[in-house]
Amino acid sequence: MSQYKSSNIDYSFPKKGWMDTPVEFKQGMFCHGSKPKDLEAVGFPNPREWSSKDKDWKIPANWKEIVLNGMKERLDKYRSFKLFMDICVRCGACADKCHFYIGTGDPKNMPVLRAELLRSVYRKYFTLSGKLFGKLAGARELTEDVLKEWWYYFYQCTECRRCSVFCPYGIDTAEITMIGRELLNLLGLNTNWIAGPVANCYKRGNHLGLEPHTYKSQIEFLLDEIDTLTGIKIEPTFNRKGAEILFVTPSGDVFAEPGTYTAMGYLMLFHELGLDYTWSTYASEGGNFGFFTSNEMGKRLNAKIYAEAKRLGVKWILGGECGHMWRVINQYMDTWNGPADFLEEPVSPITGTRFENAKSTKFVHIAEFTADLIRHNKLKLDPSRNDNLKVTFHDSCNTSRGMGIFEEPRYVMKNVCNNFYEMPEDTTREKTFCCGSGSGLNATENMEIRMQGGFPRANAVKYTQEKYGVNMLANICAIDRAAFPALMDYWVPGVGVTGVHELVANALVIKGEKERTTNLRGESLKLATEITEVTEKN
Amino acid sequence: MGSFELGGRTYQTDEDGYLVNIEEWSKEVGEYLAKEEGLEMTESHWEVINFLREYYEEYKIAPMIKILVKAIAKKLGTEKGNTKYLYDLYPEGPAKQACKIAGLPKPTGCV
Repeated sequence: MSQYKSSNIDYSFPKKGWMDTPVEFKQGMFCHGSKPKDLEAVGFPNPREWSSKDKDWKIPANWKEIVLNGMKERLDKYRSFKLFMDICVRCGACADKCHFYIGTGDPKNMPVLRAELLRSVYRKYFTLSGKLFGKLAGARELTEDVLKEWWYYFYQCTECRRCSVFCPYGIDTAEITMIGRELLNLLGLNTNWIAGPVANCYKRGNHLGLEPHTYKSQIEFLLDEIDTLTGIKIEPTFNRKGAEILFVTPSGDVFAEPGTYTAMGYLMLFHELGLDYTWSTYASEGGNFGFFTSNEMGKRLNAKIYAEAKRLGVKWILGGECGHMWRVINQYMDTWNGPADFLEEPVSPITGTRFENAKSTKFVHIAEFTADLIRHNKLKLDPSRNDNLKVTFHDSCNTSRGMGIFEEPRYVMKNVCNNFYEMPEDTTREKTFCCGSGSGLNATENMEIRMQGGFPRANAVKYTQEKYGVNMLANICAIDRAAFPALMDYWVPGVGVTGVHELVANALVIKGEKERTTNLRGESLKLATEITEVTEKN
Repeated sequence: MGSFELGGRTYQTDEDGYLVNIEEWSKEVGEYLAKEEGLEMTESHWEVINFLREYYEEYKIAPMIKILVKAIAKKLGTEKGNTKYLYDLYPEGPAKQACKIAGLPKPTGCV
């Protein structure tokens, strides 16, 4: 990865004002354009072959009218959007809070200026002062270059909302990025890494496009691994009507390492509990890349989880370790497709705990579910099986800032691991730093921006590595699990990546299991302990 | 988007050089793509490619490496069914390089 320039951050003062600094598309900072077949699959506008590297993006002749009408429609529809366009006083409190600004030094990555890219156009066409005084009033014409600038920078924002925590007005910059992306989407200006998963999810039920038999065979592969490890044969059910609980998790968990170890964790835990639950090959995706294109598409993809819960006649839904899935469930689902009155208010069948926070959505986060099990002493745990690990925890942006899950995963980890260390407090909980690859930016061709944007998070991990010898970064998000291995290899070599339920399953003592000689990854437990002892002696 | 000519035919590729239409794949196309990667294909290389294509035929997605390793161990023995062997054949990684030569599309999402 030595080809990346990530360590050369230029914070020098720009030569010209931002309006007079044209956008420059830099290698490794942006994604490939969307493919026509993926736009066609969901009925998105303007499906055609195009490349984000070309000069001509093949947009309709009346593109300006489409964008301005789209803006007007949204200003009327979303009061938040109108408010966020009007109230910013450009105080700059957000500027140095953004991981992309810290990592790139590019002024247009300051949240205030990223929003200003859109706000300037709003002023020109929708405010009197902007119409009369133009540039003096911070207004500018909408041109093709402005459009390209939007595309470049709205896909250099991960909608993580760290800036919003520091905004005295509470402006949610993620919502500005979301509207910016919606407007671009009206012209077919999407990215391949987002439009592809959206089309897959719409057609086959999950981002990866796993067909039902493939999804099932993936889980059977994991069951085989569990059998080898524990001698226990687990037989989960799929699409079973009448199950008490529907379990939904990101498809990355069943398909890609290291998420697959987390999926093994779910399977082992539910088996030990004797939980009456089912997987679904239709609602086979917890994530929602539709949310990264438009409100309407997010709603369409979210609907299928509830349609499946209704069809199967389950009582409630249990959700796996995912990030933006929970922002959607906790903050959007209720007005999109809720309230889910046909389901029951979730009650843990093991402890009797009523999850009142999920009263409306009927969707419980697995970290809450497992923390509650441990609290009631329902699990037999041997944390020494994680003794080869020194673990720190990354608060995923969406579960922390989008729903306030801070204590539950920590409580779980402290019960299943003996060595747990926190990153510095300005980088955790609601102030957590993004992985740099969220909101559909976890492609390969934009690796440069991923490494730059992930730098503040990696820097905090490095601190724990140097201070405590941390060698494992835990999280509760599938994008984290997909994105962090590259980030750690680049900035903090020697630190691995895990989901919390992989750690749970390592420690979980299952009735009738054979003696464990390895952890879920097949690493020798004995050897790991000996290595630790030898290292400590030295 | 890109393309290449082979035997009088034009083949479309995506920005990363992956074949756009998997049904256009042939052994000659595989050889061409391997050459682009700077690889000399041997019988051992083809064993992996053939397995990938069979897997894709059934499951419509490229397998995760662990499944590939396990399946190859089962079919061709443990001396071939390990990560090192696969990386020796495909230094850029079996998932990336071998899938490209086999004409399979790249998985997208939380991967």
